[in-house]
Amino acid sequence: MTILLEVRGLHKSFGGVIATKNVSLDVMEGEVHAIIGPNGAGKTTLISQLCGEQFPDAGKVRFNGRDITKASGPARAKMGIARSFQITTVFQDMTLLENVALAAQAHDGHSFHFWRNANSEPEINRQAMERLKEVGLEAKAMTLSREVSHGEHRQLEIAMALATEPKMLLLDEPMAGMGSEESQRMIEILQRFKGQKTMLLVEHDMDAVFALADRISVLVYGEIIATDTPDAIRDNEAVKRAYLGEEA
Amino acid sequence: MRTSNFLTPKWLFSVALLLLLAVTPILSDIFDQAFYLSIATRILILTIAAISLNFILGYGGMISLGHAAFIGIGAYCVGIPIYHDYSSGWLHIFLAITVSALFALITGAISLRTKGVHFIMITMAFAQMAFFLFLSMDEYGGDDGLTIWYDSEFFSGIDIDNPTTFYYICFVSLILVMYLYHRLVASRFGRVIRGAKSNEKRMQALGYSTYNYRLVAYVISGAVCGYAGALMGNYTNFISPDMMGWTRSGELIFMVVLGGTATAFGPVFGVLSFLVLEEMLPNVMDMIHDGAGFYWHLPFGLILLFVVLFVRGGISGFLDRLGKR
Repeated sequence: MTILLEVRGLHKSFGGVIATKNVSLDVMEGEVHAIIGPNGAGKTTLISQLCGEQFPDAGKVRFNGRDITKASGPARAKMGIARSFQITTVFQDMTLLENVALAAQAHDGHSFHFWRNANSEPEINRQAMERLKEVGLEAKAMTLSREVSHGEHRQLEIAMALATEPKMLLLDEPMAGMGSEESQRMIEILQRFKGQKTMLLVEHDMDAVFALADRISVLVYGEIIATDTPDAIRDNEAVKRAYLGEEA
Repeated sequence: MRTSNFLTPKWLFSVALLLLLAVTPILSDIFDQAFYLSIATRILILTIAAISLNFILGYGGMISLGHAAFIGIGAYCVGIPIYHDYSSGWLHIFLAITVSALFALITGAISLRTKGVHFIMITMAFAQMAFFLFLSMDEYGGDDGLTIWYDSEFFSGIDIDNPTTFYYICFVSLILVMYLYHRLVASRFGRVIRGAKSNEKRMQALGYSTYNYRLVAYVISGAVCGYAGALMGNYTNFISPDMMGWTRSGELIFMVVLGGTATAFGPVFGVLSFLVLEEMLPNVMDMIHDGAGFYWHLPFGLILLFVVLFVRGGISGFLDRLGKR
């Protein structure tokens, strides 16, 4: 297996607070790699450095063989890193179809097309509809985004990330704020892409993590203390002490 | 992709309004009120400017407090060539559009790096720079302004000095500009602009360099506004830097908000009600109490405040709610 995302010695601090401490991490092509850690461990800071919203003080990020440490967010997205947000981030005044079409459009060259009605472009709409089907939202394609439930917003986020035809999905707590039934549905959706799409999953929901992940990295105080298979992580003493111990 | 509903009050009202504007020269002829035609012409020209402001303000979330500068630049692109005896209207329009677009490109490239209040202040600062530039040009009248002795010339046989001919040039321009923006808003480009207003973070995560798209939108808006300015130069025959003062830009924003932002017909409603109120209020107040018309700004401001504070979505939004009842 080849390494798709390679993180080496990533370091980031805000004033005196170290948010990311010498993080090294490999995400293999095709694997689901989960990052877990207690609140305040620096998961979101790490994610935002991977997708170009923030930049590290030191360290390197390579993606698909290219150094992307200094690449901007949009540039990384174009290279194939799609992310979903912890807090729902969709276009509230557009229909679900238009939301996903806007994502698909991003993958389809530049958008300096000024004349043709974008809503009546069959190819983009077909792609968008397919993505909506994959997350089970096709029945609500014509509903305005602000009129659907929280769980459906989360599914829409996944559909939008998929529509850019990414090489890797960066999922920032896709189960956040969901009930158990909704979480279960989301796990099923993500399981469909397991093996086909490389995923880096940041999640609190342990059921989801153990159901989906091929490997797990544990982040504590900005530092990765262990990376291993789910079973090994479950038995890892250091991890138990730092994190799982609270629940076990 | 909401289904468009015809025969709603808003739709009927909009069509009636356009028809009314289409026959205004005939009406003003019948009632022998050339004055009405003059106001209506002004309404058409400012509506073109308001529509182009609405594109970036309403759909794009870029609150430019400097759009009057484009009107002024467009007007001087008529005035200065005529001063030097270049009378071709095609030249004037070409200059108005390209100079405005260039001004938008340069000022937009800088101001679009900022957001929110900073963007508002920077666009205003650039417009004030244009204001003072024209103020200092003594050759072209400075703060005394510049009289345009004759109008742009197009084909022989078309005399835009004739108020009715000029009115229809403005009317056709307005219809074309409305159609242009209608296409633009619904296009892929327009979708990106709307998306960037709605959620910039998401747009960047999808791979859009929103800055580039915004800049192009800003340039288009400035160019069309400059065209409105060229019409304005022919309309007033007297131009001065006052046309681009920041209060003028503020009025333009007010018209857009009053009519309802991010709607196709909002600017038409907004400009129309703004200018009609401006003309009528002093007279009505004078009728109630002689001399009271002098203070027309007070009720005018109160009415505008009321609409902005209590009528969500401006006039367009009000008409929408009428339809749902």
